[in-house]
Amino acid sequence: MTTINPCGAELPGTLGEAMPFLCRGAVVTLQSTLGGSVIAIAIALVVGLMATSRLRSVRGVARAYMEFFRGTSVLVQLFWLFYAMPILTGYQLDKVGAGILALGLNLGAYGSEVVRGAVQAVPPGQREAAVALNFTPYQRMRYVILPQAFVAMVPPMNNLLIELLKTTSLLSVITVTDLAYQGRLLVNSGSDQLVVFALMLVIYFLFSYLITLLMRYVEGRAARVVGRERPRRRRSAPAVEGAR
Amino acid sequence: MTTETQPGHDSRAESERQWMIRFDKVVKRFGDVTVLRELDFHVKPGERVTLIGPSGSGKTTILRLLMTLERVTSGTIEVDGRYLSHTRRGDRLVPADEKHLRQVRKKVGMVFQQFNLFPNMNVLRNITEAPVRALGVPRDQAEAKARELLELVELADKADKHPSRLSGGQQQRVAIARALAMEPEVLLLDEVTSALDPELVSGVQNLLRDIAQQGNLTLLCVTHEMRFARDISDRVLMFDQGQIVEEGDPEQIFTEPEHQRTREFLQAVLDA
Repeated sequence: MTTINPCGAELPGTLGEAMPFLCRGAVVTLQSTLGGSVIAIAIALVVGLMATSRLRSVRGVARAYMEFFRGTSVLVQLFWLFYAMPILTGYQLDKVGAGILALGLNLGAYGSEVVRGAVQAVPPGQREAAVALNFTPYQRMRYVILPQAFVAMVPPMNNLLIELLKTTSLLSVITVTDLAYQGRLLVNSGSDQLVVFALMLVIYFLFSYLITLLMRYVEGRAARVVGRERPRRRRSAPAVEGAR
Repeated sequence: MTTETQPGHDSRAESERQWMIRFDKVVKRFGDVTVLRELDFHVKPGERVTLIGPSGSGKTTILRLLMTLERVTSGTIEVDGRYLSHTRRGDRLVPADEKHLRQVRKKVGMVFQQFNLFPNMNVLRNITEAPVRALGVPRDQAEAKARELLELVELADKADKHPSRLSGGQQQRVAIARALAMEPEVLLLDEVTSALDPELVSGVQNLLRDIAQQGNLTLLCVTHEMRFARDISDRVLMFDQGQIVEEGDPEQIFTEPEHQRTREFLQAVLDA
């Protein structure tokens, strides 16, 4: 790992000193974000749909899950998964694995609420029409309700994924070598604080902006599916407004 | 008065032959509110029946019960000789499962006041999706049929359009085509022109008039448009407070109603 470095050790001064480490940290941050997102979205869908079930017991399980994982801090969940679980079960997750799981479980609880809300916001007439057309309960959900609910899910999901990205910095407390970990390490070993912290800021921001861009694209697609234009966003470029 | 009320004995076989829809002592309560009180009524195959009456008199609830959007509190409903939301277990009637509901629902279609087209599908897809998914009709066959129906409702050029691009009247005509695509034997019309701009009403009504005259569809129609009710129906039922206060052929009900309540209601509606 000494010779080739895509993040330029040849860069001048503190940059050259910090970037190789920050880049490695950034990759870990990105992996944790991706892994956590996949788990969070999967949980959000399953638990969120359970929360709309007509069966009280199913709703109860979903409710309990959401309240528990929203009501306890990610950090404590992380400690449980990484330190306490091996004692109880004898199974030791690796650091990143435990981190990803904790993030997924926690943000998945918030996401469930988003999914539940979006599904219940679909007008009841849609479900009734689907019943009248003799769709099965699964088909109603799959072909009628979910595609419509999806549009409403995307913007709050965007928030959650950005939240998840930033929460990955907590993983450094169980010594996952993410961006936050690397940054602090650099500062502790004498690199210029201002430069390092500024770089961290920029990298986190770039990632979160990347998520936003991605989610806007998804939202646009989803909105077209239900025949709505994506809400127009103001452009930062010199405004060339059409006639009107 | 009509002679629709059948004398006493009712072996199953006979009811199967004679009635498309049969309500037997149907009670529906929402919480403390009793919407239907021991309601009995029968509809023959191919008969076109209009339900009139003040809001809250239970008309729409009858349609919703038939579409299995609500369940009866007590009593039974039969459609074409089969219990709608019950199955027989030994001597007892027990609430039916989803599978049974889907069987019976096949015979019934519904058009809603608010159209309820699916905004995530274009017009053609709105019409084909249910036959394809719920009945297993091959897609090309469903599409051919859908195009015929669009022809019938005079919207053949809108197949690829999105529902939101259509006027209310056009949307409702698509909804009618969508219901017909399932080839129901009973069609329920729930105030289908109430949400339309006045100038769009006649188009939808004319279409329904044609459909009523062509097919041997059994029609159950809730409406506040008395002229339409008169044109379309063989029989009119006047509801008040969850019960039928008067029934008869449209001519009789609209020109010489017997009950005070019916007279008041018609007066109020016609003045509006």
